[in-house]
Amino acid sequence: MSGRSALAAACLVALVGAAPAAAQPRSGVARPDNGDSLSLRDLGEQLYAGNCSSCHGIDGRGVRSPRPGAGDVPSLGPSLRGVGELAADFYLRTGYMPLGNPYDQPTRRDPLQFSDREIRALVDYVGSFGGGPAIPSPHPERGNVAEGQHLFTEHCGGCHQVAAKGGFVTGARVPPLDDASATQVAQSVRIGPYVMPRFSTKQISDSQLDSIIAYVQRTRHPPDRGGWGIGNVGPIPEGMVTWFLAAVVLVITCVLIGERVRS
Amino acid sequence: MRRLLAALLLWLAGGRRKRREAEEERERIVAPAPKAPAAELVVVGLLFCAAAAAVAFIVFYAIDGLRGHTQWFGLAFGGSLGFLGAALIVWSKKLVPVEEIEENYPEPEHPEEQEALHRIVRESGSPVTRKGLLTAAATAAGGALGLAALTPAVSLGPVFDTSSLYGTPWRRGRRLVDQDGKPLRVDDIAEATFYTAYPEGASQDTVGAPLVVVRIPAGEMALPADRVDWAVEGIVAYSKICTHAACAVSLYRKPLFPPTAPRPALVCPCHYSTFDPARAGKVLFGPAGRALPQLPLRADRRGFLRAAGNFSGPVGPSWSGVRTKGARS
Amino acid sequence: MIRRTIGFVDSRSGAAPFLTKALRYLFPDHWSFLLGEVALYAFIVLVATGVYLTLYFEPSLGETVYHGSYAPLRGMEMSEAYRSVVDISFDVRAGLLIRQTHHWAANVFVAAVVLHLLRIFFTGAFRKPREGTYLVGLLMLMVTLPEGYLGYSMVDDLLSGMGLAIGYAVAESVPFVGGNLALLLWGGPYPGHAAFESRMYITHVFILPVLIATLIALHLTLVASRHHTQFRRTRRQSERKLLGVPMFPGQAPRSLGLMSCVAAVLFLLGGLVQINPIWQWGPYDVAQSTNGAQPDWYLGWLIGALRLVPGFDLKIGDYTLVPNPFWGGALFPLLVFVVLGAYPWVERRISGDRSYHNALDRPRDAPGRTAFGAAFLAWVLVVFFAGSMDRAVVAFGLSYAAQVWIYRAALVVLPPLIFFVVRRICRELQRSEQVEQEQHRAEAEARAARA
Repeated sequence: MSGRSALAAACLVALVGAAPAAAQPRSGVARPDNGDSLSLRDLGEQLYAGNCSSCHGIDGRGVRSPRPGAGDVPSLGPSLRGVGELAADFYLRTGYMPLGNPYDQPTRRDPLQFSDREIRALVDYVGSFGGGPAIPSPHPERGNVAEGQHLFTEHCGGCHQVAAKGGFVTGARVPPLDDASATQVAQSVRIGPYVMPRFSTKQISDSQLDSIIAYVQRTRHPPDRGGWGIGNVGPIPEGMVTWFLAAVVLVITCVLIGERVRS
Repeated sequence: MRRLLAALLLWLAGGRRKRREAEEERERIVAPAPKAPAAELVVVGLLFCAAAAAVAFIVFYAIDGLRGHTQWFGLAFGGSLGFLGAALIVWSKKLVPVEEIEENYPEPEHPEEQEALHRIVRESGSPVTRKGLLTAAATAAGGALGLAALTPAVSLGPVFDTSSLYGTPWRRGRRLVDQDGKPLRVDDIAEATFYTAYPEGASQDTVGAPLVVVRIPAGEMALPADRVDWAVEGIVAYSKICTHAACAVSLYRKPLFPPTAPRPALVCPCHYSTFDPARAGKVLFGPAGRALPQLPLRADRRGFLRAAGNFSGPVGPSWSGVRTKGARS
Repeated sequence: MIRRTIGFVDSRSGAAPFLTKALRYLFPDHWSFLLGEVALYAFIVLVATGVYLTLYFEPSLGETVYHGSYAPLRGMEMSEAYRSVVDISFDVRAGLLIRQTHHWAANVFVAAVVLHLLRIFFTGAFRKPREGTYLVGLLMLMVTLPEGYLGYSMVDDLLSGMGLAIGYAVAESVPFVGGNLALLLWGGPYPGHAAFESRMYITHVFILPVLIATLIALHLTLVASRHHTQFRRTRRQSERKLLGVPMFPGQAPRSLGLMSCVAAVLFLLGGLVQINPIWQWGPYDVAQSTNGAQPDWYLGWLIGALRLVPGFDLKIGDYTLVPNPFWGGALFPLLVFVVLGAYPWVERRISGDRSYHNALDRPRDAPGRTAFGAAFLAWVLVVFFAGSMDRAVVAFGLSYAAQVWIYRAALVVLPPLIFFVVRRICRELQRSEQVEQEQHRAEAEARAARA
């Protein structure tokens, strides 16, 4: 190979190699080889050390000012002391954590990077950091959907859209709620993840939360008495149906009618 | 009976051939066209389908508790119209004489009649000697009468008095209550969440009434010097009505971990005007041209939140006088 | 039988000469001439379904508590207006079908008018002697926008209530008199006097429909008296000679068939595709709002404009001269309609062409007009699509702030670009046609020479 083409090849390889590394967050999780034989607490401790401690600190004490981390992504993260199993379970089961870049908005991940046993191990370990709330067990079947719609509109609809189809708040994408389990809705209401407000039992009691969850579950099968729900977000899909369905059909009809024998 | 039915069917299916042949011997206005019996049957079929669908609609309508009835109604009625439309289109293509007729476009103008009109108007004015004066008087009468007819419209609303735009139901000492009228205590207001509050004993249904109340963490508060005492233990209150276009500011953005997330803000979902509750409602993003009006708060002896005065400025969207006067009770 | 009916009608009304002329009125032969009819038939469906709805709708903001059959709203406080529409949707048999058909008809009506306007513009049908017809049509478009807006705002649901608040803000934003204007229309500071609901109702149900119907009658009369234009497709057609299909028996079944099809599409949509499920939005409250609130599509250009204008009130000292919503909510649509309205005269000035035109241009035959129309349409469409920026964040994860800047840049960059590209395309098409024609002529001459 001539010198120049070797250089070109090297550049290409470097670019190809660097691009994914810079573009993607640190992917893949570190897990001990003998994970299955470890106890839950030990497994949790090892997984935490390998995946979480760089941003959340040893013993979950947090990293309040940025430290150089893997690649050129800094290490930075809140303390986990006192967050309890409630928070750990939420973040791990949604896939919000582990988060590659602490400045990114956490988003759902499917499939999850940790197995169910690994998640339980981490939840148990993080829960051991000085108390904190347990995983809630909501009862939406005891809730009242009418009360739920009222409460959801008041506290949640501004960001999540009144039919829970998601939305936008300056600086963050607000997710739709169709993937959230009842437990996850309860957890996020109590945590206030990323930029979402945090509602304590003083503001939204457990029974009110049951109603809200009942309403959220209803929005997954909305009462579309009028036919095809077209997304339940209102006039944008309605406008699309007007132009891409009705107008197209009617123009085709006009072409069919207007066509006639040329003389 | 059977003979009557046979005669009816024969009449329906046979057509009036004899009379038509006699007419054809005269000169035609409408061009002749070949017969299309197959198309006729298609049209008949479509029309019967239309009839069946319409009957189906009536039947569906009569059924109590039909699930998805709106869809069945729409299919039946819309279907019937669709079959009718199809029948008419087939008719228009196959059962109608193809005529392409030539014609002249109408005259662009009619100079003689225009001249006649002009003369009619001019000659009718022969008795008039003071055209200018009469025109002026007629204009005065017509104009004044028109204005008089429009005058009652000014009572549709307080059009001459914009002072009501400055009014709010808040005044010094008024307690903050929630939607159900329960008063808000200082201890009820937690950080990292938001509350909607209303004035006690006043209508909740005006733009001046609703507040959004948040508690700002100690280190974050940066109110200007003249408003430092407008907050109670970090609790601040702002009008919930956006100063851009009057939607309710019902979004609160609060960072769980401040170093990595945007700072606290009140956001409006209509055009995303973003306001900073720690800095007197300053506009951070979006098309609002005015900060969110802040309500000064104080705590009374029993720990309830009360207004310590009126808002820092008029609530709601801007109008020409919005900066010339303050909010008044 | 027919002879006797005709005899009766003519002797009691003298209509036979008129009917003979009317029945043999010649229609042009192109499908694009049917777009106006689609709008007309949508209007007929609107009136018919609208009358039905007035028999059930209650135009009152009086407070009530819901006790109907839709469980999630039971016990909720709401206005009588909202309650009556929930009742129409759930407790009146076929009520939801009629309500949805009415709303789809409104959306399709405006879409058909816009398509018709595009055909009129890009073929030069607005030229002398049809400027009057054009202005009447444009006026109708301007009237249908508030007509639709008031129609869905009367329902007092959360989504449309937010839209009314914005309407109030735009009225307030008119320089000098905005505050007075808003107070006049609403009868007081927002949310206004309870009578505002009645004002919306009578305007939507009577005043504007009568106005639109009158304008339709005027429009059709003008079209018929100056006669339709035509495309120059055969040698027999020219500025003076027209070729067409008589109303009867040729065109009538076509038009009736189109009317049936339009009604069919609207009723099928009304039964099968949900529109404006107000029970999912909930009743309106001044202190509540939802994310993702949008106006109906024909007002989407206004929400886009309101979101794109940078945040400032134009003020002189203490006096607020131009509050922010004015630029996007009032000035922008006014500008668009002024440009559309003035265009026939501006084109006459620029082209120097003041003659009568009964024959249409193909878009390529008028490169300047087509290019300007495409550029102007692109400009309006950029603003229109900007109205959906927040849903693009949810659906595609795009950055809102980045979108704002991209749309602002597109407003400036895209129209001139489109102007030059479209003009070039038109000229190229014309040139290639000319070359083809010359080729045919040369071949014909060669053949004649050989013979």
